[in-house]
Amino acid sequence: MKISTIKELLDANTVCGEEQLSRHVYSACGSDMMSDVLAYVKDQAVLLTGLVNSQVIRTAEMMDMNCIVFVRSKVPTAEMIELAKESGIVLLTTSKRLYEACGILYSNGLIGNRVKD
Amino acid sequence: MSEGLTFHFNVDGEDFTSAGQASVMMKKNLRQLGLPPEIIRRVSVAMYEGEINMVIHAGGGVADVNVTENYVEIILTDSGPGIKDIEQAMQEGFSTATDSIRSLGFGAGMGLPNMKRYSDYMHIDSEVGKGTTITMRVNIN
Repeated sequence: MKISTIKELLDANTVCGEEQLSRHVYSACGSDMMSDVLAYVKDQAVLLTGLVNSQVIRTAEMMDMNCIVFVRSKVPTAEMIELAKESGIVLLTTSKRLYEACGILYSNGLIGNRVKD
Repeated sequence: MSEGLTFHFNVDGEDFTSAGQASVMMKKNLRQLGLPPEIIRRVSVAMYEGEINMVIHAGGGVADVNVTENYVEIILTDSGPGIKDIEQAMQEGFSTATDSIRSLGFGAGMGLPNMKRYSDYMHIDSEVGKGTTITMRVNIN
């Protein structure tokens, strides 16, 4: 799914990475616990979270994720935006709640992540 | 890459915001060395979880990474409180982290299990009151 489609489906705003909206993501993960994200996500995924701190960006970077959606109208800090720009990660914000945002993406064909064992 | 390359990082235990910087730098180094993306990811995540653990539990420490022809070795050393029961600490979901750490997105009892999950070899040497040394290896071939 294109990041631009995610933006449209979630009625989201782009915080940074506007020029990268044509990139694709192949799986998704919704969580506020970063260790869960680190345990289960495959690459080229989108992370949906309500957590706002620098470790969200670093977690995404470690997992080669290329898009983060902040739910419940959470706004990333200037430091986070800077880190995301350095790592080439698109940041979006949506007013939707985590459950709803995940449900919309899932029902439009973006299934969840696969477990790495 | 016939001889091993070594990298050394100091992990600041005072600032949770900056935790993970060593892993980010190491990931860049591994990319420059041209290692396969899957190997880079496994090393990065294992080291990142270890780095976060050092900041949360041990007031920081040092990270040494050796890149050889056959594997990447990560050695994390701290002078923190040590791990009382390593077997218990390895269980998914077991954590001694505070609620304030959980509110930051960590402390779900997945750190050590994730480190084991992403490494091919892991050894924990810990003494209560003295500190902990964790050695992990990710095979390249």
